[in-house]
Amino acid sequence: METGFITIFWYLVVAGLTVPLMLLVGALLRPRQRNVGRSGAAYECGEDPVGSPWVKFNIRFYLVAIVFIIFDVEIAALFPVATLYKKAVESGSAGLVFAEIFAFVGLLLLGLMYCWVRGDLDWVKGIAQARPVK
Amino acid sequence: MGANSAAFAQSLQTWIGAGPLWLWALVSAAAVIFLLALPFGGLATYAERKISADFQDRIGPNRVGPWGLFQIFADLVKMLAKEDFIPKGADRFLFNLAPALVVIGACGAFAVLPLGRQLIGADVNIGILYLFAITTVIAPGLLLGSWGSQNKWSLLGGMRAAAQIVSYEIPVALSILPVVLISGTLQVGLIVDQQGWSWASSAAGTPHFWNLFHNPFCFLSAFLLFVGGLAETNRIPFDLPEAESELVSGFNTEFSGIRFGLYALGEFCDVFVMSAMVTALYLGGWQIPFITLEQFLFPIPSGLIALIQFTVFLLKTLFLVFVVMWLRWTLPRLRVDQLMGLCWKGLVPLALFCVFGTAVWMWVFGGRSIAQLIAGFGG
Repeated sequence: METGFITIFWYLVVAGLTVPLMLLVGALLRPRQRNVGRSGAAYECGEDPVGSPWVKFNIRFYLVAIVFIIFDVEIAALFPVATLYKKAVESGSAGLVFAEIFAFVGLLLLGLMYCWVRGDLDWVKGIAQARPVK
Repeated sequence: MGANSAAFAQSLQTWIGAGPLWLWALVSAAAVIFLLALPFGGLATYAERKISADFQDRIGPNRVGPWGLFQIFADLVKMLAKEDFIPKGADRFLFNLAPALVVIGACGAFAVLPLGRQLIGADVNIGILYLFAITTVIAPGLLLGSWGSQNKWSLLGGMRAAAQIVSYEIPVALSILPVVLISGTLQVGLIVDQQGWSWASSAAGTPHFWNLFHNPFCFLSAFLLFVGGLAETNRIPFDLPEAESELVSGFNTEFSGIRFGLYALGEFCDVFVMSAMVTALYLGGWQIPFITLEQFLFPIPSGLIALIQFTVFLLKTLFLVFVVMWLRWTLPRLRVDQLMGLCWKGLVPLALFCVFGTAVWMWVFGGRSIAQLIAGFGG
């Protein structure tokens, strides 16, 4: 078992070392000229950039992130149950495990429907739909 | 399980003889990354251009070497020799970190890909969960790179990438659940083993056919997995993060030279990982239909078996990669709201339906696949 994880560790190390290695090879290969006749500013769309991009803007992302976290945790909890399902089918106690999965996924489905009806799944919220903040 | 958990390292140890196992684990990792993952990324850029050219009735790269095949080396030299440019005011740390995250996420996933019974890097018992965890590292890679590059279009692209990858994680995870229900394990090697075929298949717990044909719900969820995977890897029609007609080039606008190359490499490796995942979970991995290599008419040496299995796995995976490139010239790009709508209102309910359906099928038919039912009626 441990050798499997040692292998995974080596994969991550080798993959992680690839990037600095490539940058190093590039640094050794390329001619040493820097910023000849340019301002060094970001390319953006060809014009000189105006202002910083690091501003606050409505990314419509917060609710999606919350829904995602709830779903992902439920799915992570669902995987162990799903792993046992085959054994349960073979030993004849599939009903119990199925009820568990049903309860889990049913809750997920209810939550999804709630979000759907509330309009939280709509990326673009029209002006008519906007709720004032109280 | 312990005997199989580091299959490739152990095969190397057996074939060559001496050396500690951890060293062979390192060798196997380096071999897969430097001889499979990175060359695939390079070849894929060439293949993509050539296939695109074919679809548009153009010629494509044909100047460097036979059929333009050495174009990848020309590209590599060009990228390495290009000025290493970091925009003024950019967050240098994040700018450097981002490509590394993408490459680690894509190449790290190769560890659990079942390239062959003896060639799995690490057949650990949490294989599928690991695959999820490590490919998700790509999302922060894109987001941090776009944030760090001091570019408004990049930032928009990065935000889209984060929202998209996070959202499509759900249908992808859900459409893998049927396979877990069927095979009762998260170990990728075992899942492929169970998709084998044997003519003497009357015993209990017989191997059945590919999971794709296990039941109708599996058939559907294989397609859901593929569609979700397309979105996870930011491929057309889901390439909103780099939508070149609206966001210049999206999250990688400011990346040039070898940094851009690493981004592209990571993305192509991710496409390979996604296709390999579909292959392993639904298309039988290294299994050839109706043939069990270990019990063939005459005994085949284990090295040759490994080679055949690797070839079969590669063929199936590369076919899916071809379909991905095919789709690029077939479908137009979605709008952001359509993208999120498709995920949450289309794929997620469908995937949940497939999970339910498979669970009911398993319950009703005692875990038998369609093939087994038909065989049962015949006998």
